[in-house]
Amino acid sequence: MNKHVSPKMNRRSFIIGTAAVGTGLAIGLDIPFGGPAVVRAADGSPEVNAWVVVRPDDTVVIRIARSEMGQGSLTGLAQLVAEELECDWSKVTTEYPTPGQSVARKRVWGDFSTGGSRGIRSSQDYVRKGGATARVMLIQAAADEWKVPAAECTVAKGVITHKASGKTTTYGKVAEAAAKLTPPADVKLKDPKDWTIVGKGLLRLDTADKTTGTMVYGIDIKLPGMLNAAIKDCPVFGGKVKSFDEAKVDGMKGVKKVVKVGDSAVAVVADTWWHAKTALEALPIVWDEGDNAKVSSETIAKWLAEGLDDAQPAYVGNKNGDVKAAIAGAAKKVEAVYNYPYQNHATMEPMNATALYTADKCDVWCGTQNGEAAFAAVLEASGLPAEKCDVHKVMLGGGFGRRGMTDYVRQAVAIAKQMPGTPIKLLWSREEDMTHGRYHPITQCKMTGAFDADNNLVALHYRLSGQSILFSLRPEALQNGMDPAAFQGVAQSGEAAFGYSVPNLLIEHAMRNPHVPPGFWRGVNVNHNAIYMECFMDELAHAAGQDPLEFRRKLMGKNPKHLAVLNAVAEKIGWTTPAPQGVYRGIAQVMGYGSYVAGAAEISVTDGSKIKVLRIVASTDPGYVVNPAQVERQIAGSFVYGLSALFYGGCTVKDGRIEQTNFDTFNSMRINEMPKVESVMVPSGGFWGGVGEPTIGVAAPAVLNAYFAATGKRIRSVPLRDQNISFA
Amino acid sequence: MANLTINGKTFTLDVEPDTPLLWAIRENAGLTGTKYGCGIAQCGACTVHMDGVAIRSCGISVAEAEGKPITTIEGLASGSTLHKVQQAWIAKDVPQCGYCQSGMIMAVAALLSEKPKPTDADIDEAITNICRCGTFQQVREAIHTIASA
Repeated sequence: MNKHVSPKMNRRSFIIGTAAVGTGLAIGLDIPFGGPAVVRAADGSPEVNAWVVVRPDDTVVIRIARSEMGQGSLTGLAQLVAEELECDWSKVTTEYPTPGQSVARKRVWGDFSTGGSRGIRSSQDYVRKGGATARVMLIQAAADEWKVPAAECTVAKGVITHKASGKTTTYGKVAEAAAKLTPPADVKLKDPKDWTIVGKGLLRLDTADKTTGTMVYGIDIKLPGMLNAAIKDCPVFGGKVKSFDEAKVDGMKGVKKVVKVGDSAVAVVADTWWHAKTALEALPIVWDEGDNAKVSSETIAKWLAEGLDDAQPAYVGNKNGDVKAAIAGAAKKVEAVYNYPYQNHATMEPMNATALYTADKCDVWCGTQNGEAAFAAVLEASGLPAEKCDVHKVMLGGGFGRRGMTDYVRQAVAIAKQMPGTPIKLLWSREEDMTHGRYHPITQCKMTGAFDADNNLVALHYRLSGQSILFSLRPEALQNGMDPAAFQGVAQSGEAAFGYSVPNLLIEHAMRNPHVPPGFWRGVNVNHNAIYMECFMDELAHAAGQDPLEFRRKLMGKNPKHLAVLNAVAEKIGWTTPAPQGVYRGIAQVMGYGSYVAGAAEISVTDGSKIKVLRIVASTDPGYVVNPAQVERQIAGSFVYGLSALFYGGCTVKDGRIEQTNFDTFNSMRINEMPKVESVMVPSGGFWGGVGEPTIGVAAPAVLNAYFAATGKRIRSVPLRDQNISFA
Repeated sequence: MANLTINGKTFTLDVEPDTPLLWAIRENAGLTGTKYGCGIAQCGACTVHMDGVAIRSCGISVAEAEGKPITTIEGLASGSTLHKVQQAWIAKDVPQCGYCQSGMIMAVAALLSEKPKPTDADIDEAITNICRCGTFQQVREAIHTIASA
């Protein structure tokens, strides 16, 4: 049985072997895949290369740079390395290198960023090479010892055999010698058809500790002498602290210090977090809320609605033919306006980070989706150079994009800097977390479809108005002002390409950026683009008097991969056979994150307002499936996240601040509301797509289209709670 | 000061009587397996057993918990033998991020001690914990696996 070890690694995990002493880290730096200097793990075991450490007892420690937040890529990445390494899977364990260690070794572990469904697809190539390179070196070491050609040796499950002489040895016995070899310049990766570990629904490596309460999340960090901080940031985004009266909380139990954090926040530091929070609530704070305090959901909606007007400027993301002329000359025209609200990530574990700052060192312990971004934030907030800082990653209690941000890391360091030598654990209350998110951007969309006399769709105009994430978070990625990511799912080409061919097409974005900070929220722009487009496709199908599946199929001839997943769900749900009485179906498809996905839902509706989701079928083609059991969970989880947002989500703005403060006003689905999700995986090979996010795009439109089938009513505004529609 | 009996052990803790049990467990007793999710008894991440019944520990005070046996996730196993719910959770690979799972497991253990063979309707009624990752399908399957064992 596998030893399920949670990924932990202390800051002294890497020490350089004796050969490198004197020349310091420099020797290890230039040889990412091994070399004459043996780099050793904390227990002295040799690194065969940066990805693989083999212990004398044959345990294989696989290094994972990307973060585990529940999506399973820690296990998937280990499978990819183990596949090429040909080691014994039951002896595999994993650990995280720190960003500081990676930077000191010229980023030997590459990108740490774990978002955009990139964890596996963007690192599969080099981690597999890491495993393959280590295998070649381990075999070579055995061959050298036996004085036989390496080509005559074989390996299986970490046991190397030379058939002619009958000799065998294990990885653990030759690792020391292997670590000293020069790595091969090039290695050949296995043909996917020969995979034995990749493609299997193996159990996760990180489960056991999650069932006993021993898994350490950021909120659980304990350090000697540690104090706890609770924080309140200005409730109006962009506002500032004017003053606070710390004398009012001076004598309160456990309170150690009240500190200003940046321009906009105040924190109370106390012996326990409960004392810190209690004092913070008693602390009088005067805010300078600024002009943003005048903004409300109504003013935002009005401003976005103005952007739907063709006279207003917009960026063109996808275009062919002449939409305006085609619409003007059409036999029939259909028009609809949709909107999608702000959404909070609402990770189960609120934001937190623990920082220890001294004059010459700053360490941070936290859950983060981007270790290197967190590391950069520590450098900036502490003012210390890279060699004096590090970030120690722990398990994330949910990420969904929120923990790719570093605001909470900066705050923790800013507080710790005011109390040098004392470790400070900063924890946000749920209320702080709900009201200081990086929200799914707000948008509206006006769509116009036009038909010729034979009910062929001749034109489609898709005009999005609303917020750009990149404008706020990565302005350097804008292209002449345009946010290319705004067109995720409706793009001309690439990893989120539009799946329909329409002779006259115009997809454009009138960028309007309210003051509420946007962020990457699971699925990102695919969410609203898929809802708008797939619900409107359903509207167009009905306007043309055609079956929604058949209507789509006719437009998808040039996009066989999009069509294949759509066909797969249609077949599985039995689209061409009538649903049971009182049961109604909806269907949707989209491409995102390099994968093709489709979903279909069966629902019943009582009194026009109570929805029971009875069945969900979802299909995905991510090219390759590394761990089908985990992909299945990501698909099902995407429906829970997407339908929670559809039914219960939505963050509204009043007086410049977010109104929803906890799960009582920003609810989330429970087990009684969630049917079984039937996954159909149709990996067609030849490309690597992501799986954590794309499926969320089809969750809401599948249900909304089923709702129309049941009631004849279109819902064009999210969330459903605002339409007085709920789960049955 | 308060005396709490947690996992069969008596803790004398320097806490005010109105401190939520959750924070006494996490910060004073040092048992961090019980999680903070909302603080208003909505999400269930802080679920523990008091007198054998699943309760949300953020919603009751230390004063109310004094003198009553409390079991947290750390006390669910019998010695080195994991509770059947924990075993099933591992066998069925239930957790994703795992943060809500301490509370989920405690809620399920309480349900099974009351109803060893729960129906889907029983599960729907008793298990009201929020899981943002969406592990519900695996939770349901694991419960049925235990019930049919």
